[in-house]
Amino acid sequence: MPPPVVEVLSLRRDFGDESVLREVSLRLDQGQTLVVLGPNGAGKSTLLRMLATLLRPTAGELRVLGAELPRRAYEARGRIGFLGHAPLLYRDLTLIEALRFHAELHRVAAAEERIRDLTEAVGLGRRRDQLVRTLSAGQLQRAAVCRCVLHGPELLLLDEPGSHLDPAGQATIRPLIGPGDGTTRVIVTHDVEGGLAEADRVLALDAQGSVAYEGPVAGFTPADARVLYAGAPR
Amino acid sequence: MATLRTILVKDLRIELRTLQSLPAMALFAVTTFVIFRFGLDRTELEGSLAAGVLLVTVLFAALLAINRLFVAERDEGGFDAIRLAPVDSAQLFLAKVGALFIYLAVLEVIALPVFAMFFGTEAEALPATLGLLALVNLGLAATGALVSTIGANSRARDLLTPLVLLPLVVPLMISAAGAAEPLLAAGGPDLSGAGKWMASLALYDLVFLLVGYAVYEFLLED
Repeated sequence: MPPPVVEVLSLRRDFGDESVLREVSLRLDQGQTLVVLGPNGAGKSTLLRMLATLLRPTAGELRVLGAELPRRAYEARGRIGFLGHAPLLYRDLTLIEALRFHAELHRVAAAEERIRDLTEAVGLGRRRDQLVRTLSAGQLQRAAVCRCVLHGPELLLLDEPGSHLDPAGQATIRPLIGPGDGTTRVIVTHDVEGGLAEADRVLALDAQGSVAYEGPVAGFTPADARVLYAGAPR
Repeated sequence: MATLRTILVKDLRIELRTLQSLPAMALFAVTTFVIFRFGLDRTELEGSLAAGVLLVTVLFAALLAINRLFVAERDEGGFDAIRLAPVDSAQLFLAKVGALFIYLAVLEVIALPVFAMFFGTEAEALPATLGLLALVNLGLAATGALVSTIGANSRARDLLTPLVLLPLVVPLMISAAGAAEPLLAAGGPDLSGAGKWMASLALYDLVFLLVGYAVYEFLLED
């Protein structure tokens, strides 16, 4: 049996005196999709940043792509595609310059061809020479998806991948970050029905950052999600 | 080296496109010379006074660039982008040192002739002074890149950067002033008097480059 792509045991993260994630444990195997649900402030994005090697856990064990974090983060870096709240694209570069910058950092082979294919796939082919700062929010999200998958990552960490996108925009990014090619994925979303439709496993976090449910998607229903969100402080 | 070049080229491209640092530095330097020219009411400066005016101006002009050095990394996710890539984070430090060094060199190419014109500096002193300033630039760039990284994630960064940087560059300024004084002496530069100070400057540069390279990964941790 191959080792899990993500293995988390009793993970905790504090900011100052406040714990935003408590005792989170989970396991995700190759090719599976984990959907992370929970109200605002439940620690979903914090969890994603820890999996991306960008944030150190306060306590607990964390292993991503076989690398123990944070000690051996360098083994996982470059194998993860991270789509967070920020597009991670310099606003004063053109789209092609910004993507070329990432391609060079990740040493992408045949980068120009890859950038051309990706930007055309998300409908930004004619925007390649436009400054990133002039792109609309939806275009920026599609550009961020190009940046996220540019280096062919083995693990995709996606924080609200459909944000700012209309249905047509969401359709353009789906072939790149959708379930099609068997890439392991962790998706943070508030779209409960859409998320559950794609998930193999579910991690539900309550407003205190504790695990309300972790397990196969079959054991979690939209009604459970409604209870989860109803328990969040207003 | 490829990563260093990639980050450096990106920084220079953004600066050329936005002109956020260099014009402000040049304008600051020229304005400061005008203030000293009329404040001191002197048409000629030499020795330690000339060294002081020149070095203090370069130092405070450098602060303008140092404060802005990591703005794009902080506001546009550059820190995350670089930490997600399979690269040595210290390359970011070296690239920023390179960028700051280039900004300062360009500034001095503009400011030094203006200084010479305002304060009657001998033309023969200029090449050696430029050489001295190259060593000063390297030290300021290494220290500035380190301090700017520390300040980048602080809400009080505009205050923190000068408060931390200025005490750290005191040894640099003492050595630079010691070297500049004989170079800008009345009657032409005295190169023999500047040697030991130049060696001291080179040592300072080396120490801060090595310290920066060694600790940079830890500075980028949350």
